Amino acid sequence: MAFLSAPTLAHYLVLGAILFAISVAGIFLNRKNVIMILMAIELMLLAVNLNFIAFAHYLGDMAGQVFVFFILTVAAAESAIGLAILVLLFRNVGSINVEDLDELKG
Amino acid sequence: MNPLYLVVPLAPLAASVIVGLFGPRLGRTLSHTLCILGVAVALVASIMIFRDVQAGHVFNGDVYTWMTSGTLKLAVGFLIDPLTVTMMIVVTFVSLMVHVYTIGYMADDPGYTRFFSYISLFTFSMLMLVMSNNFLQLFFGWEAVGLVSYLLIGFWYTRPTAIYANLKAFLVNRVGDFGFVLGIGLVLAYFGTLHYAPVFAHAESLKDTALNLGGGHAALLMSAICICLFIGAMGKSAQVPLHVWLPDSMEGPTPISALIHAATMVTAGIFMVARMSPLFELSDAALSFVTVIGATTALFMAFLGIVQNDIKRVVAYSTLSQLGYMTVALGVSAYSAAIFHLMTHAFFKALLFLGAGSVIIAMHHEQDLRKMGGLRKYMPITYITAVIGSLALAGIPPFAGFFSKDAIIEAVSMSHIGGHGYAYFAVMCGVFVTAFYSFRMLFLAFHGTPRFDTAGHADHAHDDHAHAAADHSDPVTELATQAGTEPDAHDDHHGGPPHESPWVVTVPLILLAIPSIFTGWAYIEPMLFGNFFGNAIVVHESHAVIGEMKEEWHGVVPFIVHGLASVPFWLAISGIVAAWYCYLVNPALPARIKAGAGKLYTLLDNAYYIDKLYVYLFADGARKLGRIASTVGDRTIIDGIVVNGTAKVVGWASQLLRHLQTGYVYHYAFTMIIGVFALLTWWVVRF
Repeated sequence: MAFLSAPTLAHYLVLGAILFAISVAGIFLNRKNVIMILMAIELMLLAVNLNFIAFAHYLGDMAGQVFVFFILTVAAAESAIGLAILVLLFRNVGSINVEDLDELKG
Repeated sequence: MNPLYLVVPLAPLAASVIVGLFGPRLGRTLSHTLCILGVAVALVASIMIFRDVQAGHVFNGDVYTWMTSGTLKLAVGFLIDPLTVTMMIVVTFVSLMVHVYTIGYMADDPGYTRFFSYISLFTFSMLMLVMSNNFLQLFFGWEAVGLVSYLLIGFWYTRPTAIYANLKAFLVNRVGDFGFVLGIGLVLAYFGTLHYAPVFAHAESLKDTALNLGGGHAALLMSAICICLFIGAMGKSAQVPLHVWLPDSMEGPTPISALIHAATMVTAGIFMVARMSPLFELSDAALSFVTVIGATTALFMAFLGIVQNDIKRVVAYSTLSQLGYMTVALGVSAYSAAIFHLMTHAFFKALLFLGAGSVIIAMHHEQDLRKMGGLRKYMPITYITAVIGSLALAGIPPFAGFFSKDAIIEAVSMSHIGGHGYAYFAVMCGVFVTAFYSFRMLFLAFHGTPRFDTAGHADHAHDDHAHAAADHSDPVTELATQAGTEPDAHDDHHGGPPHESPWVVTVPLILLAIPSIFTGWAYIEPMLFGNFFGNAIVVHESHAVIGEMKEEWHGVVPFIVHGLASVPFWLAISGIVAAWYCYLVNPALPARIKAGAGKLYTLLDNAYYIDKLYVYLFADGARKLGRIASTVGDRTIIDGIVVNGTAKVVGWASQLLRHLQTGYVYHYAFTMIIGVFALLTWWVVRF
């Protein structure tokens, strides 16, 4: 059970990858709710943040941690805009069901 | 250069332009005076030039350079030699007679001044044609006379038949002109010049040059040039199979039929071949071709003359047949005999046509021979001149036609060119047929009992012919129109017995009858056997039929005596007797022959179905071709495949591609991921 020993960089990276994979699966497999997609995107960003912090720690470079702050700020703004769009979408279409949102269909 | 040379063509041109532009303002009298003056000046000048040429002054030179391109010089120039002056005098003389005659014939026509302008323009064009010293000017005159012919056949442009006829003449002539242009093009390509003199001088050296036709075929250059040029002559001189326009050209006013479609324009082809004798002499193949075509025309067109009931069409077919005689003469290298016959024919055929016109006036524009008869006592001058014309046409001595036609037959019998046997047979039979139809016409029109209603024609004018020109309400005009005749003149005295035509009509008849009598014996010796033509006509030694005839020539009287004892004369006499028996002694006979002949008569009546064939083959064929081009080429290929097809392919491809656009964001995202994955994989694998 070597992987249960003291956490190394690999552990953090694997966790990040798992989070990322979960969020990707969340985007594809989700058929019901647009909010779920937004949440999956947030999770994806968190997975990236985790990588940043892990690298920053093990490489001793603080720039990575600074990036995380920026990303969190931008993610907050993005979620706000995303939710605003969602509200407008609901007003116009009357649904936030992903199945119904096929206006781009050729 | 003698300034008279310029006067000859320019005087009629000036008159034509002035009358054409200001005719209605000048008034009728001034207009016709001007035109007649122009042609009379040309005639006088031509006679003076004739004397000058006889004194030995032959001229060949350019008057004006139109264009120079590299070494090629295109010029307006004159070649004045005995051949040219002969034509000049014939053209101006007949033209003058027709001008005078027109005063009487067209008296009541609204297009009076236009008509005079046209015929003066014709005279100019024809003179330019015959006086030319180069191929280009020849072609200019050639097309110009064609144009005037077109304008005059369609002179009564409100009549559909006239429009049809002039279109037909124009189109058929285009076929001939196509060959003519090809011939001129070959001359230009191989000789590098369009002037006659250098071309004729170098022709001998190109005698054996072969022309590559492509695909391994080759032809002798001279044969190709001559046959191409002769195809032009076939169109203009109405030789089989391009003859179909001439009978229909009778839709034009009668003076035009006399001037253009009998005496002068249609002989342009004959003149041209005679002028090109240095070229034609180098090709036996071309001469054989000319002979066979001419012989076919001479005989088979004569047959058609027998079955015609329209007085003008009889003369028209006789013109075709006589043109065939001239062509045969050209084919057997008897160029001088052809020109001689051209000259005598111009006089007696113009006479016959104008006589027919005089009859038509007297009959109030009735042209059907079956409705004439007994006109002799009503119009003695016309009758006598018509007899002279018919005797000349039939070839009875001492009238002009005897000498020229006998000379041609003699020449054919001595020839050794390919097809001479057939030609001899054709011209011999033609003599009988010619005599028969010309006297048939004479007897039907002038002898026998009158078959017209002397009380007036108005009574039987009311058949329901809906196609009559709508704006004519006068009964006589209606009758004339529906009968395909001339809807002008003489509304003022319809009805009543026929009477002699006014002096403006009879004087030209008399003046044309005189040369129809004497030109034969007066000119046969100088034109055929003397050195009249000098160097204008070249005959190769192996074709020298006229030279052989010269050895047997002992003067006019022995020629006539010899002629009286020879076969053609008796054929002509028997033709006349046959006509006399069929139409005067036993008038029921022709109808019985007609009934007995059955299919043969139908064949002749339909002119061998050539017209129908052309209409079916070329007119309908062209329309079918057009329809195919329209449906298949335009609508299917261009519109359907190229234009709409492009749009359809784009639409179809888009139809397939649009399925990729599901509209679901997660599909797009998935695609993106797959893409990234693929790219990454590729990137990793590559290194």
